Amino acid sequence: MKKETIILGIETSCDETAAAVIQGGRTILSSIISSQMESHKRFGGVVPEIASRHHVEQITLIVEEAMEKAEVTFEDIDAVAVTEGPGLVGALLVGVNAAKAIAFAHDLPVIGVHHIAGHIYANHLVEPLEFPLMTLVVSGGHTELIYMKEHGEYELIGETRDDAVGEAYDKVARTIGLPYPGGPRVDKLAQTGEADIDFPRAWLEEGSFDFSFSGLKSAVINTLHNARQKGTEVAPEVIAASFQEAVSDVLVTKTMRAVKKYGTDRLLLAGGVAANSGLRGALQEAADREGIHLTIPPLSLCTDNAAMIACAGHFLYEKGKFADDRLNGVPGLALESF
Amino acid sequence: MKLLAVDTSTYVMGAALTENSRPAAEYITHVKKNHSIRLMPAVRSIMQETGWKPGDLDAIAAAEGPGSYTGVRIGVTTAKSMAWALGIPVIGVSSLEVLAFNGRYTGGVISPFFDARRGQVFTGLYRWEDGRLVQLKEDRIIPHGEWLDEIRSLGEPVTALSPDLEKHEDLLQEKLGQLFKPAVPQDHLPRPSSLACLAADREGTAAHLFSPNYLRLAEAEAKWQEKQKEQQHERK
Repeated sequence: MKKETIILGIETSCDETAAAVIQGGRTILSSIISSQMESHKRFGGVVPEIASRHHVEQITLIVEEAMEKAEVTFEDIDAVAVTEGPGLVGALLVGVNAAKAIAFAHDLPVIGVHHIAGHIYANHLVEPLEFPLMTLVVSGGHTELIYMKEHGEYELIGETRDDAVGEAYDKVARTIGLPYPGGPRVDKLAQTGEADIDFPRAWLEEGSFDFSFSGLKSAVINTLHNARQKGTEVAPEVIAASFQEAVSDVLVTKTMRAVKKYGTDRLLLAGGVAANSGLRGALQEAADREGIHLTIPPLSLCTDNAAMIACAGHFLYEKGKFADDRLNGVPGLALESF
Repeated sequence: MKLLAVDTSTYVMGAALTENSRPAAEYITHVKKNHSIRLMPAVRSIMQETGWKPGDLDAIAAAEGPGSYTGVRIGVTTAKSMAWALGIPVIGVSSLEVLAFNGRYTGGVISPFFDARRGQVFTGLYRWEDGRLVQLKEDRIIPHGEWLDEIRSLGEPVTALSPDLEKHEDLLQEKLGQLFKPAVPQDHLPRPSSLACLAADREGTAAHLFSPNYLRLAEAEAKWQEKQKEQQHERK
């Protein structure tokens, strides 16, 4: 019997240094994540140069830990998959050059993986993907609806025209005075308040699957500003809950419309903001109502990790899509079908 | 002892293979093109030409900085990752020291430098003594004018070596006058075979512990530390 393919995955696109070993495309033998959040907290956000410095210090330690925990040697590994982009260029470069050097040392193929493809494939680690399917990708840099007919076929049917959801969350967090990282804190605060304020929802043109969150963000800022001028106060938990409801409302409604239009009954939620409890709850409810099978990764697979990169890399491996020695970190990499 | 040496700390990119300090292959370019794309093909090319296998290597030498932050990281990441994967040590050498090696047939002192913007340079002071390169003043980041005043007072001829020479030539003439000794163009480019030669008789570092020597904090970090100091001062 042919042994199952084993992929070593590496991810350094932002502020997590991560490595993982995946067997047969689905079994997580190990997934190690070293977060730099504590270091960036004092700056109120990720500082690219500091992120890059941490990555270069951590990279071999994390890869070693992943291989030790998985109990594999280089002889067991079939390929090294690494996030090629998008992300912070200096951060990406550490992962890409480490992957190329490790692969060169042991004559292994290298696979370049798109970060968002990774987030989508995090779902495959939960249960095997079945096609066709719709994915809602929500993170600090992305808000996209992607339709997939087959492994590696991505059809972008809608995206944000201004801020990504995660970005809007961080800005709102700053406005109501919550420390970095703001998103999870807004989510937590929202659970303690009533959504009493009717913030605007940007539906855009009829039939559009695009998103816009800048108007909503401004409405939140204006509400707080006006209240302050009048000498009154709006409870931050009410702001948080109302904002969260407006965001979920638009995301869920458009996603369910897309699911219906494309005639699929499989739906995935992907990306860092998939950890948001308000969104998870609202989407699950809508999916249940419509009889749609929804997959949401556990929290550990929503945020940046290398297991998802190795998983997406597994399917590139199956199709023989290898990178060469010239593989580079590409901050604005487009999601292309393979 | 077989060594692979890589240097990507400036626009000069170099990779070399040496055996007991004797160069077997050397690859140098001085073009403003991406090291991340070009380093691994260069390494593979010299390995193929010499017929060496990664497993033949005893250690990997890397220019550890100072220089371009991103540039230094590409070479250091490549060196430490490959060394870790092969279970061999990394030997870090100052990027400035590698360049100073080119001054080996000069008398006087050698000041290798890289432009660090806003009138500053990364530099240090070296001298060739009895077939050995000796460091006289530590590597540092300093306004170039201030540095040149300091070394002029030594009263010795100065060989200033730099891939960024052109931008600083007028200042060197003005500050050093007769003491300024010109060098031929190829001596202004650090050679990876020199890096390997310097590394050959040094102790290696475990790959995990090897990281760049930037000689400067990240800007955000420096500002943050300054703010902490101010706040501490105010509390007193």
